[in-house]
Amino acid sequence: MSDTVVPHKASSSAPRAGMTSAPWLARLGASDVFYSFRRSRLTMAAAAVTLLFFLIAIFAPLLAVQNPFDPAQLQLMNSRIAPLWTADGQSPFLLGTDEQGRDVFSAILYGLRISLTVGLLGVLFSGTLGIVLGLIAGYFGGAVDSLIMRIADVQLTFPAILIALLINGVVKSVFGNRLDAMSMLAVLVVAIGLSFWVQYARTVRGSVMVEKNKDYVAAAQLIGLPAPVIMLRHVLPNTMGPVLVIATINLALAVITEATLSFLGSGMPDTMPSLGTLIRIGNNYLFAGEWWIVAFPGIALAALILSINLLGDWLRDALNPKLR
Amino acid sequence: MTEPVLSVCDLQIEFALRRGTLRAIDGVSFDIAKGEVLGVVGESGAGKSVTGLAVIGLIDPPGRIAGGEIYLSGLRIDHLPPEDLRRIRGKRIGMIFQDPLTSLNPLYRIGDQIVETIRTHTSLSEQAARKRAIDLLAEVGIPAPDKRIDGYPHEFSGGMRQRVVIALAICVEPELIIADEPTTALDVSVQAQIISLIKRLGRDHGTAVMLVTHDMGVIAETSDRVAVMYSGRIVEIGPVQDVIQNPLHPYAKGLMGAIPTLAGEDKRLVQIPGSMPRLSAIPQGCSFNPRCAFAFDRCRIERPEPIRHGTQAVACHLYDAGVEDSAA
Amino acid sequence: MLAFTLHRAIQAIGVMIAVGIIAFSMFRFAGDPVNQIVSLDTPPAERAAVRQSLGLDDPVIVQFARYVGNAAQFKFGVSYQFRQPVTALLMERMPATLELATCATMLAMVFGILMGVYSALRRDTLLAKAFQAISLIGISLPTFLIGILLIYLFAVVLGWLPSFGRGEVVRIGWWTTGLLTVSGLKALIMPSVTLGLFQMTLIMRLVRAEMLEVLRTDYIRFARARGLTTRAIHFGHALKNTLVPVITVAGLQFGSVIAFAIITETVFQWPGMGLLFVQAVQNVDIPIMAAYLLFVSLIFVTINFVVDILYTVVDPRLRSTISGAA
Repeated sequence: MSDTVVPHKASSSAPRAGMTSAPWLARLGASDVFYSFRRSRLTMAAAAVTLLFFLIAIFAPLLAVQNPFDPAQLQLMNSRIAPLWTADGQSPFLLGTDEQGRDVFSAILYGLRISLTVGLLGVLFSGTLGIVLGLIAGYFGGAVDSLIMRIADVQLTFPAILIALLINGVVKSVFGNRLDAMSMLAVLVVAIGLSFWVQYARTVRGSVMVEKNKDYVAAAQLIGLPAPVIMLRHVLPNTMGPVLVIATINLALAVITEATLSFLGSGMPDTMPSLGTLIRIGNNYLFAGEWWIVAFPGIALAALILSINLLGDWLRDALNPKLR
Repeated sequence: MTEPVLSVCDLQIEFALRRGTLRAIDGVSFDIAKGEVLGVVGESGAGKSVTGLAVIGLIDPPGRIAGGEIYLSGLRIDHLPPEDLRRIRGKRIGMIFQDPLTSLNPLYRIGDQIVETIRTHTSLSEQAARKRAIDLLAEVGIPAPDKRIDGYPHEFSGGMRQRVVIALAICVEPELIIADEPTTALDVSVQAQIISLIKRLGRDHGTAVMLVTHDMGVIAETSDRVAVMYSGRIVEIGPVQDVIQNPLHPYAKGLMGAIPTLAGEDKRLVQIPGSMPRLSAIPQGCSFNPRCAFAFDRCRIERPEPIRHGTQAVACHLYDAGVEDSAA
Repeated sequence: MLAFTLHRAIQAIGVMIAVGIIAFSMFRFAGDPVNQIVSLDTPPAERAAVRQSLGLDDPVIVQFARYVGNAAQFKFGVSYQFRQPVTALLMERMPATLELATCATMLAMVFGILMGVYSALRRDTLLAKAFQAISLIGISLPTFLIGILLIYLFAVVLGWLPSFGRGEVVRIGWWTTGLLTVSGLKALIMPSVTLGLFQMTLIMRLVRAEMLEVLRTDYIRFARARGLTTRAIHFGHALKNTLVPVITVAGLQFGSVIAFAIITETVFQWPGMGLLFVQAVQNVDIPIMAAYLLFVSLIFVTINFVVDILYTVVDPRLRSTISGAA
């Protein structure tokens, strides 16, 4: 098995990292983590698949035979063609077409783009929100802390999908049912962001509570560094390990949530379908025997989530030896 | 002399880790006679607890017994099938762990835990076992045992819980008790009571006791003989008074010097420089040589084997007949 | 104990008030309720009259009080799309959801615990690894995909089970049940499996992790040192200690199951509250959304409360610390 390049880079940088650098980085660099990475072929496969999905999403226009978002490129005479290898297959439609003559393969490539964009932006949004709220709650404590954590407690009892659906419904009722596809994407990002911030906030708050009583924070306060600087430069790096794990697992959750919302008809519209939308459309043709319209987006979605989850699992175990 | 209750011969214990195999115990031998208390003393990591666990057959993977023999009253037990070993555990060998707070299952009444143990190893009825449990609790000094028997562990103080743990260890009258740091987690005032309890029980029932501790004071108080361990080996073993008053091995000398006495206030406590090597970096020759004030060339090359010296046995080249004159 | 119960009850009421404020805000501010009642060409005077009759001119605090008062009597207004009282709509669909959620939870508990215990005790066997793989897939496959897969397999290809609806139901008072007819039971199978799979995965993982943790504890080591049989250690000591947190989580999850039923009910067109809610979101039927939120919250809060109390009954340590603190 060939050595991965990343571990050596990380491990060589670890010793040089100073007092303020994150201990998780050093731990990440420690051979344990990458030992487990190299040992687990499953994790390596998952990493490869995840990378592949990202590349596919980025280079979708180069790989697709048509732009499925452009109605001008769709022809109804090409509708409901079976995959290429079946008797009724037609070139260039590798995975067949749907009822609008949309090439399923191209639709998956573009749908993957939408799903990953929403997922990543959602994670970014929820992560930022959660980290900021967690820092504030942990650093200042008192009434601010109790208020934020109370909200977190209450929200945590409700499944994210319910919250996302509610936010979705409220936005729709405020703006009416006439949102275009791009605004819908933004709504999804906000809905997902607001549904997943709690875990970050709790984790960061916990670490801050521990870190802020340490001597180096006192020292930083003594030399008169302002609170935001102390938090961002000194306290935050110490919380990044767990945050990274949450972010990875939440990326899978965000993709699932987006897909679910789209499947339920409250997400991406048919004109700009994500994987979830494609599955909803395809589901209508299941009984007609046109299985490929739902099957391939479904497989793509499942493979994407599974590989991200595997990576997240590995990352969690690797950064938290206690759980092993 | 009759057969010893416990006889350990050349015990080797290895831990197969990812980065290689570590030898935690390397050639440990000792006997414990009926009614005798053997103290096993040493720093943490010297291999005391592992030795105790090996005797009772509770070394968990990746650890394993790599060599040597263990006999219980003449029966070899280190190679027994798990089910046979289980029948011996609790019945013929009782064990007391360090932390009484975590040794008892918090969700079970203490009486149920005792009755369960008794009924596992004997054919007593539920009522008879319960009666025996109450007697046991009385014997280990729990007041109002007929009421306390239905209490949950968290309702007992640390010292009382350790008494319960001791009751559990002796409930089927074992030949041997292994007490692994039985007093470390307790208040000083309670320690003495527990020590005298173990001593009394050993005497009353003729039980052999292997008392593992890092506290020389406890050993001096309870033991008949003492084994001093260092880096997975016994460096000195002998009657407790002899070893305390006339320690032979340089490490034992340092250890005895580190006991504060009430009489000699103006004597400075001796400290051994350095610390015990990690198992992965045990030096060649005598593992104590880097810290030893008397080390000479041979100590850095050849590992000393135990040598009989009066009532004691010591693993040190200083006492090898050829060298003794020049070194002492 | 009483003080603890009281404390928790106050907390629960606090949560309900918070959710009430959200539900009320949705109802009041997300879109103008008047627009939903009148048509586009209604003259302004008439609009004002409707506004007046709905009490929308009163101070917000008065409106909130009225909303809470109505909610306490289970009056949630009239659905925009169905023109029927929301309460009646919810009540009509509640039995379907509760039957589905209960079945799913039971499935999840039974199989989750069995699989979890097995994979903790026989960690290196092939079957345990298979369980682990299943659990990863159970977490990774979105619920609706599992539903679609099952439908394709058992309804489209094999034709064994119905793909949608509850089958024949029997009416007992206001409750309708599908448990008494063959078609009702058949219809229940796929939705329950779909809904329960995620929970089963969760319970299995939790049981496994918890059991491994317990097996490492000192009291298990001491139990082994006492020579107890493996069976007694595993299924007496370890399992009992494992199940305390597991039961808590499984209980708390019941609320989530009801909420997750939204997805399952949509896939299988199961006539429950979740389907009603999804349709309400699509059609911006705020009264139903608000009522559903309140209803689900009530279930959550009640379950949390009951589990908290139950937990202290199961774990003697908590019992005494609580009575000690009280």
